[in-house]
Amino acid sequence: MPLTIGVPKETAAGEKRVATVPEVVEKLIKLGFAVQVEAGAGDAATVSDDAYRAAGAQIVEDTATLWSSSDIIFKVRGPSTEEVGLLREGSTLVSFIWPAQNPELLEQLAARKVTVLAMDSVPRISRAQKLDALSSMANIAGYRAVIEAAHHFGRFFTGQITAAGKVPPAKVFVIGAGVAGLAAIGTASGLGAIVRANDTRPEVADQVTSMGGEFVPVDYVEEGTGVGGYAKVMSEGFQKAQREVFAKQAKEVDIIITTALIPGKPAPKLITAEMVQSMKPGSVIVDMAAEQGGNCELTEPGTVTVKHGVTIIGYADLPSRLSKQSSTLYATNLFRLSEELCKNKDGTIDVNMDDEVIRGTTVVKDGTITWPPPAPKLSAAPPPKPAAAKAAPAVSGHGKASAPSSAKRAAIMFGAAALFLLLIGAGAPAAFLSHFTVFVLACFVGYMVVWNVKPALHTPLMSVTNAISSIIAIGALVQIAPPMEAGLDRPDGWIRLLAILAIVLATINMFGGFAVTQRMLSMFRK
Amino acid sequence: MSYSLATASYIGATILFILCLGGLSNQETARRGNLYGVIGMAIAVVATVFGPYVAGFGGVAWIIFAMIIGASIGLYAARKVQMTQMPELVALMHSMVGLAAMLVGFANYVDPIAASHLSGAEKTIHEIEIYVGILIGAVTFSGSVIAFGKLSGKISGNPLLLPGRHWINLIGLLVVIVFGRQFLHAESVGGGMAFLIVMTIIALAFGVHMVMAIGGADMPVVVSMLNSYSGWAAAATGFMLSNDLLIVTGALVGSSGAILSYIMCEAMNRHFISVIAGGFGTSGGTPAAPDGTQPAGEVVPILAPETAELLRDAKNVIIIPGYGMAVAQAQHTVYEITRFLRDKGVNVRFGIHPVAGRMPGHMNVLLAEAKVPYDIVLEMDELNEDFPKTDVAMVIGANDIVNPGAQDDPNSPIAGMPVLEAWKATTSIVMKRSMASGYAGVDNPLFYKENNRMLFGDAKKMLDEVLVALKA
Repeated sequence: MPLTIGVPKETAAGEKRVATVPEVVEKLIKLGFAVQVEAGAGDAATVSDDAYRAAGAQIVEDTATLWSSSDIIFKVRGPSTEEVGLLREGSTLVSFIWPAQNPELLEQLAARKVTVLAMDSVPRISRAQKLDALSSMANIAGYRAVIEAAHHFGRFFTGQITAAGKVPPAKVFVIGAGVAGLAAIGTASGLGAIVRANDTRPEVADQVTSMGGEFVPVDYVEEGTGVGGYAKVMSEGFQKAQREVFAKQAKEVDIIITTALIPGKPAPKLITAEMVQSMKPGSVIVDMAAEQGGNCELTEPGTVTVKHGVTIIGYADLPSRLSKQSSTLYATNLFRLSEELCKNKDGTIDVNMDDEVIRGTTVVKDGTITWPPPAPKLSAAPPPKPAAAKAAPAVSGHGKASAPSSAKRAAIMFGAAALFLLLIGAGAPAAFLSHFTVFVLACFVGYMVVWNVKPALHTPLMSVTNAISSIIAIGALVQIAPPMEAGLDRPDGWIRLLAILAIVLATINMFGGFAVTQRMLSMFRK
Repeated sequence: MSYSLATASYIGATILFILCLGGLSNQETARRGNLYGVIGMAIAVVATVFGPYVAGFGGVAWIIFAMIIGASIGLYAARKVQMTQMPELVALMHSMVGLAAMLVGFANYVDPIAASHLSGAEKTIHEIEIYVGILIGAVTFSGSVIAFGKLSGKISGNPLLLPGRHWINLIGLLVVIVFGRQFLHAESVGGGMAFLIVMTIIALAFGVHMVMAIGGADMPVVVSMLNSYSGWAAAATGFMLSNDLLIVTGALVGSSGAILSYIMCEAMNRHFISVIAGGFGTSGGTPAAPDGTQPAGEVVPILAPETAELLRDAKNVIIIPGYGMAVAQAQHTVYEITRFLRDKGVNVRFGIHPVAGRMPGHMNVLLAEAKVPYDIVLEMDELNEDFPKTDVAMVIGANDIVNPGAQDDPNSPIAGMPVLEAWKATTSIVMKRSMASGYAGVDNPLFYKENNRMLFGDAKKMLDEVLVALKA
């Protein structure tokens, strides 16, 4: 018995999208489903009832009939309380749910003993990309955000030199280089603007460049990639550095488009009132996170306001403003999901909880809440690896990183040193000990100083230590003609000969060593 | 100048020497560091000559005479030396310190003034100091002369392995200790002298034998070790003369050389003892290369124009110079190529292995001579992670330091030695005269990798051709 897919008219205010389009209706019928569409469902997306009918769908006039006679409901927005009441027990609902933000809705749905698949919960893995409605909606939203900005911005985007004067290109700053951000970057640079972008995840810099933007990094080291390729909440230090970057950009650019969202959290406040104030009059801010509270402090969700001469666009329905396009893409996403659910193409569905994609998407299964799903096995970019690799070679410089076993070795060495010192202390005269003290201390000073020498300077180090070791000349100097003492038979001639030879040798070293070191060092240049 | 004033001057000189070594911690302060050294030395010499230790003008005249001779030879040598010959020069200079220490030791022994106030334990210690001072001096001297010979090619670089060489060394050591006892018990200076001379001869022979047994690839360790010895020789002389300035300076130089030796050994993953025991590439007299580890694959030779092509298309290039670049004097051409590529926006960097060349930091000096800016000359640890993002890794006259076998093949004689991971670059180009193996005597699997190209020929000639092809 083939199941019936019902597509009701969206009831949320201002929602113009519809969950299916005629092209997709045909494909769904090929999968074996029967499709029924509420009368007027596609009007706002400029799809007529006739078009649905031509594609093979039935048109149902009465809303309640549609809900009660359908086995599967395809919707865009999550159902209202009344709509939840219309759901038939045992049926399946597919729509955006946002389970993290709407726990009561989840409870209501579970109470109706239905199965719910949330299009916002599709796992971010390669296989699920074709049904990732968030990405397709974000793509549209990013495009539309630029169009809205262009509409409110009083100038060209592209720089031109005309007979009437020179037009500078608009400067656009995009915060958050996810799908929406990248789409905005591509659209804005396509219009001829200079586009800069920032993201907490450094690995997206290449993607920004590939879309024609310039990546503006925050000069603070912290890995910003959370689970599943989404952003995560950053540390206080990073946020401060980030605000400085944004404040600087705010003064320079004409248009800011913010797309910063963290899953399951209110949108981070990135653009402060002061930043808005510092912008040039006539500038535009498009706050794509308005629905989650907005990235800008002055955003009023759902409307356009002008504050400090800056137009702040807080539309929460950007995809809906491109209803035909977004309906088509969303309908296709739903069709791909149907394919996953209906592997046999027989018009029945199997909510297979062993399938990673379906498991992640399903938030209520036969009246039981199954959200949140277990963490996905694979993330878009495996983040912790490079950090670990970096930590390893960082241990260098002062000796070896001590392995646990070296504690024993250290103990033995200290013991040997103590014994050695005891022996010296027992046998040696005081005069020797004072020299010995100097010697040991000097060894330690040398040890500390030399570890700081850069490997690049090892050759000059050797030649300069060589020059310094010609201090041995002192030993020869004091022997040439020491103050004589009576009563000693000193073989002056011999000693003088030896000493003079030693002085010559040491002086060669002294002058040669310093000169050649100087010669080498003067070659090092930046 | 009074005794106290001279001592105060010595303290000043000591501080200046420490600042001198401290200044070498980076390129900006290094020149000032050298200047500190010069001033320190000048203070030390002046304080000694005009201090309480030298009496009368006769002595001063002799000193000036000797110093003028030494200074002219030293300055001449420093001006004439080629940067590629630095290791030889440094080795030769070590030998002079060693010889000077020997001479001072002998002079001190025959000088009755030195021991006139000493008796009992003090006298014994003084004589031990003379004995040890001459011993270290002699080993430093003969060892450095041989190192000089090997580095300048006057003596073959291959390790000379006498049968039972460890026993020879051991017997030598025993004789030195026994003679030391006899020397301490000698009644007169004349009687002690015989033992002293025999010991000196043994020490000289030991120095020769030790360095002869060490292979060419271990030369950086040997040079820094001799550097260390020359310091210890100066320190021993200081003990002998009860002169703290000599002790401090000797200890500074000694520990500096010891650290360098340690760093070099780390860089080759070898133990200091086994380097000194000698004979790299022939562990215990049996041939090193185990059967069945012969790298498989084909060697792909290319010519200069193709090399130029690869370089021109690259965005990131890492050049790995080795001793071959020094031998061929190719550093200037390398710089020309670097400059040309950098002007075209190619990111060219140099990766320096700690033991590349024949002494610590040898490659850095050569590149600096060729005016390569030092901020693109990086250490192995700094850029080893970057190879996967590198388009072309160009290896010029290096072999063992880019051998993947050190990481992959636990049987390789150089297993565990840190190496530059040139094979991780998109393409690696190895410039070599032939397929001969490096000093370690190990075949290099890098040559047989799929993404490796070989450019055979003299490095200088080949690089000149590459440069011409690049500019064409």
